[in-house]
Amino acid sequence: MIELLSDPLVQRMLIVGLLVGLSAPVVGTYLVQRRMALLGDGIGHVALAGVAAGWLAGSAADLAERDALALPGAIIFAVAGAVTIERMRSRGAAADVVMAILFYGGIATGVLLIGAAGASNANLLGYLFGSISTVTWTDVWVTAALAVAILVVGLGLRPALFAVTHDQEFARSTGLPVAALNMAVAILAAVTITVAMRVVGVLLVSALMIVPVAIAQQLTHSFSRTMHAAMVLGAALTVTGLSITLEHNIQPGALIVVLGVGAFILTTVGRALLNSLRRVA
Amino acid sequence: MNAATTPTPAVLEAREISVSLQGTQILHQVSLQANAGEVVALMGGNGSGKSTFVRALVGATPVSGGEVALWGQPATPPARTRVGYVPQRMSAAGGVAATAAEVVASGLLGHRRLRPERSARTVRDSVMHALSTLGVDDLASRDVSQLSGGQQQRVLIARALVRQPGLLILDEPLAGVDLQSQVAFAHALGHLKEDGVAIVVVLHELGALGRHIDTSVVLEAGRVTYAGKPPRDLGVHALPGHDHEHPHDDHDAGHARPGLGLEAP
Repeated sequence: MIELLSDPLVQRMLIVGLLVGLSAPVVGTYLVQRRMALLGDGIGHVALAGVAAGWLAGSAADLAERDALALPGAIIFAVAGAVTIERMRSRGAAADVVMAILFYGGIATGVLLIGAAGASNANLLGYLFGSISTVTWTDVWVTAALAVAILVVGLGLRPALFAVTHDQEFARSTGLPVAALNMAVAILAAVTITVAMRVVGVLLVSALMIVPVAIAQQLTHSFSRTMHAAMVLGAALTVTGLSITLEHNIQPGALIVVLGVGAFILTTVGRALLNSLRRVA
Repeated sequence: MNAATTPTPAVLEAREISVSLQGTQILHQVSLQANAGEVVALMGGNGSGKSTFVRALVGATPVSGGEVALWGQPATPPARTRVGYVPQRMSAAGGVAATAAEVVASGLLGHRRLRPERSARTVRDSVMHALSTLGVDDLASRDVSQLSGGQQQRVLIARALVRQPGLLILDEPLAGVDLQSQVAFAHALGHLKEDGVAIVVVLHELGALGRHIDTSVVLEAGRVTYAGKPPRDLGVHALPGHDHEHPHDDHDAGHARPGLGLEAP
């Protein structure tokens, strides 16, 4: 294991995994608070269309690396999707229906665009299921910059973002910029998804935001402690999952999520048992 | 209530507020004024538009007509800094648990104040002081969603009080609150009134707050049907079958407030 740590590829994987594991649950806490845990799935599928659009643009520009514009495309599409969802939600549209339409529209558009780019659907697999074993140092720096931005905004504005996600009507009465803060949460979610896409893929990206929060909720009933615990759990799950895949041929994204779901089941059962024992005592 | 004889601008002046929701007009040119140290009771039956009106006052519902002024200025976000609002009930519980202290601390924010301006220790002290004013400081670290309705109501009032408001707007603060808590709340309200806080309170009946009320405004079907002294001064009492206590026609004719568009029924 120690030898493996000296491998630059392993270093890059662990750094990216740690950054994503720490930052994704910050945004996830706000989404769960607002009961929009599935927002990540909706935006993730729009991001996939962005990947394909970036690929198409790369092909049209005859770039040496056809997917060089995939990440910028994903960010643009994801942010546009998040802004659309937020605007429609704030106008009273049913958020679940809007997300469902983005969900289907995103993946269908992605398949069509990737075909138009002359690539196969197999080229999308790396984005669907993650491709952390191919990260470059450029990827590491981009991930680090975006993760720092997520942490600075997500943690720095926590009092205001909590106020808005907890009681929007009261927040508005205080003069807080409610619309801007709601939009900030949506954009943070979009950025987080494009960052985490590399680690676990579009299909599982939402899990990295939500599962650590779901576990942390079993352990505390304070909003700030839930967020902090979810960050620690997210980082631990990601690094543990990646470490296991270094020695075993297992798909990293799927393993990280399965580990998280397992931890959730354990904490839920453990908590129920503890409560039963307390009642008996 | 009468701006013409008041040297300083009213703390709150709502002029001819109309609100339409989904094509239906809920409020028809409703006016209300509250000065420093004055307690105004907004009364009316279910569906009369009381909650819609207070939501319009605090900017949570867009108005289709009229205007709201705070301390003589348009009710822009900066002007809302000194407004404390207590909604009818805790918003539908969020997906993540929050402690009573965290909820109260959110009252320290406002326009261009995305984080509390005070140190963590001062924030904690302010929050505990607000909670102890309502007698619920022992609930500070409890999950608010697990508290009783009355306890949640007191946490919401503490969240408004921590702002040290100059204007306090409460939407049915006594709903589901036991008599002992009502008396304690009435006591706290009396202190706020003495401190010069203007208070607008939505009530179904005057109850324990009766002796602090300076003015009653009665809404029916989105229109003001009475504005004047509270019922007790008129010798009017709630009658069996009434869902609220309000002045009656034969007593009220001479008590409508001139100058605010408020007409007696």
